[in-house]
Amino acid sequence: MSTPTNVSDPRHYHKVVDCQWGCPAHTNVPEYLRLIANGKYAESYLLNRESNVFPGILGRTCDRPCEPACRRGRVDGKPVAICRLKRVAADLKGDITEFLPKPPSLENGKRVALIGCGPSSLTVANDLRPLGYSVTILEKRDQSGGLMRWNIPAFRLPPQVLDEEINAILDTGVELKYNSAVTSMKALLAEGYDAVFVGSGAPKGKELDVPGRHEGNSNDVIHIGIEWLGGVHFGHIEKIEEKVLIIGVGNTAMDCCRTAKRLGAKDVKVIARRGRKHFKASPWELEDAEEELIDIVENHAPKRFVYEKGKLVGMEFERLEWTEKDGKGTSKVLETLTIPCDSVILAIGQDNAFEWVERDIGIEFDTKWDMPVVDKATHQSSLKNVFFGGDAAWGPANIIWAVEHGHQAAISIHQYCEKLPVTDRPAYGMNLVSAKVGMHAWSYSNDYNTSPRQKMTHEALVERFKSVHTEVELGFTPEQTAREVERCLNCDIETHFTDTLCIECDACVDICPTNCLTITTDGAEDDLRTRLIAPALNMTQDIYVSAALPQTKRVMVKDEDMCLHCGLCAERCPTAAWDMRKFELVVPYAFAKSEAVAV
Amino acid sequence: MTSIAKPPVKHPSLRKNGLGLTTRDYEGAMSTLCAGCGHDSVTAALITAFWELDVPPHKAAKMSGIGCSSKTTAYFMKQSHGFNSVHGRMPSVTSGANAANRSLTYIGISGDGDSLSIGLGQLCHAIRRNVQMLYVIENNGVYGLTKGQFSASADVGSTAKRGEANQMQPIDPVLLALTLGATFVARSFSGDKAQLVPILKAGLRHNGFALIDVISPCVSFNDHEGSTKSYKYTREHEVEIAAADFVPLRKEISQEQGAAGGLTSVTMHDGSIVRFRKTAADYNPTDRGAAYTHVKHCIDKGEVATGLLFMEGGSQTEMHTLNKTVKTPLVDLAHKDLCPGNAQLQELMGEYR
Repeated sequence: MSTPTNVSDPRHYHKVVDCQWGCPAHTNVPEYLRLIANGKYAESYLLNRESNVFPGILGRTCDRPCEPACRRGRVDGKPVAICRLKRVAADLKGDITEFLPKPPSLENGKRVALIGCGPSSLTVANDLRPLGYSVTILEKRDQSGGLMRWNIPAFRLPPQVLDEEINAILDTGVELKYNSAVTSMKALLAEGYDAVFVGSGAPKGKELDVPGRHEGNSNDVIHIGIEWLGGVHFGHIEKIEEKVLIIGVGNTAMDCCRTAKRLGAKDVKVIARRGRKHFKASPWELEDAEEELIDIVENHAPKRFVYEKGKLVGMEFERLEWTEKDGKGTSKVLETLTIPCDSVILAIGQDNAFEWVERDIGIEFDTKWDMPVVDKATHQSSLKNVFFGGDAAWGPANIIWAVEHGHQAAISIHQYCEKLPVTDRPAYGMNLVSAKVGMHAWSYSNDYNTSPRQKMTHEALVERFKSVHTEVELGFTPEQTAREVERCLNCDIETHFTDTLCIECDACVDICPTNCLTITTDGAEDDLRTRLIAPALNMTQDIYVSAALPQTKRVMVKDEDMCLHCGLCAERCPTAAWDMRKFELVVPYAFAKSEAVAV
Repeated sequence: MTSIAKPPVKHPSLRKNGLGLTTRDYEGAMSTLCAGCGHDSVTAALITAFWELDVPPHKAAKMSGIGCSSKTTAYFMKQSHGFNSVHGRMPSVTSGANAANRSLTYIGISGDGDSLSIGLGQLCHAIRRNVQMLYVIENNGVYGLTKGQFSASADVGSTAKRGEANQMQPIDPVLLALTLGATFVARSFSGDKAQLVPILKAGLRHNGFALIDVISPCVSFNDHEGSTKSYKYTREHEVEIAAADFVPLRKEISQEQGAAGGLTSVTMHDGSIVRFRKTAADYNPTDRGAAYTHVKHCIDKGEVATGLLFMEGGSQTEMHTLNKTVKTPLVDLAHKDLCPGNAQLQELMGEYR
């Protein structure tokens, strides 16, 4: 027998909202899409801002874990364009100044230092400043934003978007000290801060130690990707040679190859050690690069740099053939070849750099990777008043993870400063309210819209290559926006079942377009999954099992996998045993601890 | 009524039948019946039955009269032929259609009003003629479309929604069919698809008139305390006398249930087999007299006898057989065969002079 599903645990309904479950910061995607559909761009932007702090930035650059998770992708192959709709809200929000956080009316007397002015530190500032903390950000460069600014090219993320969203945080009275590299943690701690947050990122590009790395004109023509992007951003680099190879195929490699195109390179190749399915770059970034006529070369391992008369003329590779066994790949060398080039950019990953943290001050480092030991939930290091987040905590991830780290670290810092145990995490709560507004009327558009995913319009190739500052994506038109928001299935409008009301008439089972529902004799979950009208084979999706039904003691089972949230089960139910209820996850923040709301 | 049409999306693990179709391909228009109506469940069971039997939708004809039940034909197999006749006249229209084109699968859907009141005579004669068709009575004991008056199948003592009790004797379609010599008689319940679907399949394959009385509760006017045709009452008083499995000709027959005892198998006209999973002690589903006695006995005890109650496997009295009609459907005959010409007519007329 299976235990009836406990839907008063927020996790059950939260998991049904695939996008929100997949988002590290648990952004309430369906709700902000509905707000966009209703033309409430400012409200949509502010809802976004609550969880992800940088909707305008993320609407252009997010790694968007929500989209591969999106149910619509399982339904018609293409997820809702969640990320670019976020940008629509940011672009059209108008003046929202009066709704942004204000400087606190009372200072609480606690001082917090944040190292690095990237997304994780800025989120900590955003969450703690309203509580009255005195927040100081120490930034080694003379600009804010961290890697968001000098590693993401301006053609993907215009600087005014960065400035606006960062200033919204700084304007609450956060002190930002530029050109203030922290060279000694010990010295910083001696300044008597109540807590220190390390959000210094993973700023060191990985080296490629193959013969010829430091020969001839290598200093001028072989670059480390993130440093080179920084050089372009700060204006130190304005052009590049004609034939450029990019080694590595992550998102940094994509930014490097596209930037190279704009600085005068004619022939740009991205060289990958393995096949396409192993690429680290997001599929859409690969697409954008290929649209700009960049060659992506698979299965080539770099061997050495080739020079003629002290001038780089090419790079030697081994062409590999990979065989997969038990998830592990082994390679065989097919041939050795030289690809001509006159410049190489290395984009094979990033490392952390903690040479400025003394090892005798109580911050424990692991022996294998020489990384600080940081608690996964609390972000606390072994020195109780030092917290880590963003890429500095566990190595390179992405912006949205950095934001979530910031939220969690802010909760910990607040708990710590309040002398409460940091392990006491405030609970997630939920609200669940019926979406019924009439006989067969709902507070959301429940009809299934067959529109295909809308394609983002891009600036013409000729135009975009003229400058690194020309934004490529032009944003969705109002018509595209209207169509795309309707593709959302409103997964947060949950099918809620009250077993005591059910008369087992089968109406819901018969009407469900995707055969999600079955009334059957109870059994263990594995067994039940096979006995449904459409077997529940996607094990990543939960099934709902009711308590025994009043008349026959059978159970109602729902496979959440393919539910369209069309509400037909509720419309056909004669006793309102099925209802469509709007689920709202109540996420705790340092500035607003949630109180779980009873269902 | 629902606010939207059923979305066209299918579940990826939905199975396909021998024709490569899913159950979604056997659907019809959106139902306009009340939410929770038993008739919609019968529709779903019919979709499953037709789909499982691999009936090509364009080779079926859906026939009906007037009433909530008669609207049902619109809600499945939108590609099929159909005729929505005058109230109670569906049996004779079907007889005519079947006479003209015997190659189609005929399904007539009627209700307790359409069949037991205005169309009672029509029903009786279709049974006598043994027209090859599946005749489904969606029986809910009330005239739902006219706001819930007692119908001819309402039991004595059962109460209307406002409380008054019925005093007139009911007409039981199962007993009626047994006395009229029907060759396939069953009763089932819209809330029990495990029982209903195999019976529908057997009925569709029966060589002759197959009558299925389906208790199909009216959620709006007859699902209250005091009703004897509610979901609750039917579940509590249902006695499954003869549970049947339909084994189509092409499937191998396993013997796994033989050891349980009381297993009866009846071979049908086309070689398919109806296998009775369990039957009440000493019940013989091929004995008309025993079936009548058993059903009457249940009624007297206030029980609802369900299952495939009686069948004549190799019935030879089907309309076409009895009338020695041509094997080719009339629609497929050449004009010269259908209409032999004036010379032939004059010759025939000569016989009467």
